[in-house]
Amino acid sequence: MRHIISVLLENESGALSRVAGLFSARGYNIDTLTVAPTNDPTLSRLTISTVGDDRKIDQIEKQLGKLVDVAALQDITINRHLEREVVLVKLLANQQSKPKLDRLVAAFNGKLIDINDTQFILELSGSSEKVDELLKALVDFEIIEVARSGVTGMTSTERALTVEQP
Amino acid sequence: MQLTGADIVVKSLEQEGVKYVFGYPGGAALHIYDAFHRQDKVEHILVRHEQGATHAADGLARATGEPGVVLVTSGPGVTNAITGIATAYMDSIPMVVLSGQVMKPLIGYDAFQEIDAVGISRPCVKHNFLIQNVEDIAPTIKKAFHVATTGRPGPVLVDIPKDITADIAEFIYPEDITMRAYPPVASPQPSEIVAAVEAILNAKRPIVYTGGGVVLAEAQEQLRQFVRALGYPCTNTLMGLGAYPHDDPLFLGMLGMHGTYEANMAMHDADLIIAIGARFDDRITGTLDGFAPDAKVLHVDIDPSVIDKNIKTDISIIGDARDVLTMLNRELSRRADDINQQLTEAWWQQINQWRGLNSLWYEHSDTVIKPQLVVQKLFEVTGGEAYVTSDVGQHQMYAAQFYGFSDTHKWINSGGLGTMGFGLPAAMGVKFAHRDADVACVTGEGSIQMCIQELATCQQYDLPIKVINLNNRYLGMVRQWQEFNYDKRYSNSYMDSLPDFVKLAEAYGHVGMMIEKPADVEGALREAFAMKDRLVFMDFITDQTENVYPMIEAGKGHHEMRLRPGGPQPEGV
Ligand SMILES: Cc1ncc(C[n+]2csc(CCOP(=O)(O)OP(=O)(O)O)c2C)c(N)n1
Repeated sequence: MRHIISVLLENESGALSRVAGLFSARGYNIDTLTVAPTNDPTLSRLTISTVGDDRKIDQIEKQLGKLVDVAALQDITINRHLEREVVLVKLLANQQSKPKLDRLVAAFNGKLIDINDTQFILELSGSSEKVDELLKALVDFEIIEVARSGVTGMTSTERALTVEQP
Repeated sequence: MQLTGADIVVKSLEQEGVKYVFGYPGGAALHIYDAFHRQDKVEHILVRHEQGATHAADGLARATGEPGVVLVTSGPGVTNAITGIATAYMDSIPMVVLSGQVMKPLIGYDAFQEIDAVGISRPCVKHNFLIQNVEDIAPTIKKAFHVATTGRPGPVLVDIPKDITADIAEFIYPEDITMRAYPPVASPQPSEIVAAVEAILNAKRPIVYTGGGVVLAEAQEQLRQFVRALGYPCTNTLMGLGAYPHDDPLFLGMLGMHGTYEANMAMHDADLIIAIGARFDDRITGTLDGFAPDAKVLHVDIDPSVIDKNIKTDISIIGDARDVLTMLNRELSRRADDINQQLTEAWWQQINQWRGLNSLWYEHSDTVIKPQLVVQKLFEVTGGEAYVTSDVGQHQMYAAQFYGFSDTHKWINSGGLGTMGFGLPAAMGVKFAHRDADVACVTGEGSIQMCIQELATCQQYDLPIKVINLNNRYLGMVRQWQEFNYDKRYSNSYMDSLPDFVKLAEAYGHVGMMIEKPADVEGALREAFAMKDRLVFMDFITDQTENVYPMIEAGKGHHEMRLRPGGPQPEGV
């Protein structure tokens, strides 16, 4: 099953490589990984999406928890949660199919954020599933490049991911 | 007090109570070496290879429970130290490794002797640091010792750029440090203890299986009390030997690949495995298919990640082994009336039948020295009181099987990484910690040559270790596997062109002895151990084709042990 694990990490040099190194050393998959500072500049928030059975996910969480830089972690997928991913797609400009593209973009609630004579860039924010669907729907267009951010998310319950103060 | 970064390094070590630092100098560490020269509180021990420094610090740590400390220079100093760091990591040994780094402005430019020490050590340290400012030196060293010695211990590397060791700062060694992300040790819950004791009291075929965690937690007294209160059989892993006295009737010996038949059979047939400070490593469990089919597993460990890693547990308690055992003992004494020794009577009958096979049996010889005999005589001559280090191979297994340990910290070997070359430098570390104790290094002619240069260090610092070289002219353990699994194709396992070890020992300024006859073994050992102030290198020419038995072969389970041919075999085999 797919799990999304959110991690609060000390904003120290080398901390990210410890997380990435743990996954490769122990043979765990990383499907996506996002990282950015939080409102507390000493902490970064990482979001890792990975696939594994319960035993593997249990090990991943325990091994992450052992890292000295990991301040808190949570598998948000076992709770009610929201997840978002941003995708940018660059397409070859084609005035003939533009109306079709406009309809598609509207249907997905996306946005054309850059248009010129040679190319269009469209943006969408949504669940990874929705991003997958958009990319599928774009098969008839000439895609030049795709940039996905990887998923980030949080629970929509009271269970927030915070650092317990000692 | 305003000090240079280098003086702060040394002063910080002094504040941590460090007596010995094992190391080797080089460019990036020279300011620190100069600071050592200016003081006499912390002694620097000059080894002959950085691997030796790490094993010596490790040996000291294992013999005392105190963290070992290492200082190396950048680049090759660090890479040479990696084997020893990994060795300590695999066995959860507290160690702090300080490494010199090129000057900060040069980092990242492939400077002379630059290596990414934090990156290269990352998979084999508990944690590591690259210090950025002179003000951070003292707090970082404080953190390094804290992380190395608390929770599940392990090595911590601190990389220090050279320019920072010349910078000046006020020296204040922090009393406390906070590390909000460093997980505290869980406290065992009373409800878990009650549930565990309930399961323990109802067991009909229990076994207590303990590992290095009991040694690290200094929980041997609590373990003994626990086992004796219940009258349950107890087995120790290779890393856990000494936690339970070898000659106690409740002790089944070591378990695992070369453990006793009774210990492994008891694991297989148990209805309750009480695992304490042990991690169900593959050398212990054999194949996991059909592992202890009827057993419930109660697992006590300080590290949550070992629970349910290899074996699914039924009851787990996360906590320090000594705390948990203390709580279990308290609950057991509250429920003393419920301890029913009759429940396990049939189990003991069965165990005693297995024991009757005497699975460590070997054939004595009047003509050729059996390696087991040397270890047995070593035990007798030292009264079972010596610190015994070993290298890796058959000799390691003979030492574990035949030197009866009654105390923790006395059996010192690389169990997790299996590092040849560990034994001699580890013995040096032990000797620094216990100047008056007998320290024996049981080794093989293959392993000893991996760190033999340390004989010079032993000479420089007067370390009268006794080297027990079980010389079978083979990489014996490799030869054994080739005999069993590769149709006796002995590819590259013969040790040709051996040095004359007697002359070699003498060249380093030590005493060398060669012993070729079984009848001479005991006398030679007595003579060597009587030389209290000399290192004696004893080259025992042993049976070339002797194998370690009993054995769980690859892919086999606890109940499928191969016993020594010609000796007693289980019925129906
Ligand atoms: C550094 C290292 N390289 C290789 C091995 C693989 N290995 C394990 S046992 C062994 C043979 C050891 O030979 P020796 O030291 O003579 O001991 P014996 O088995 O003969 O007692 C080897 C090569 C190892 N454990 N460590």
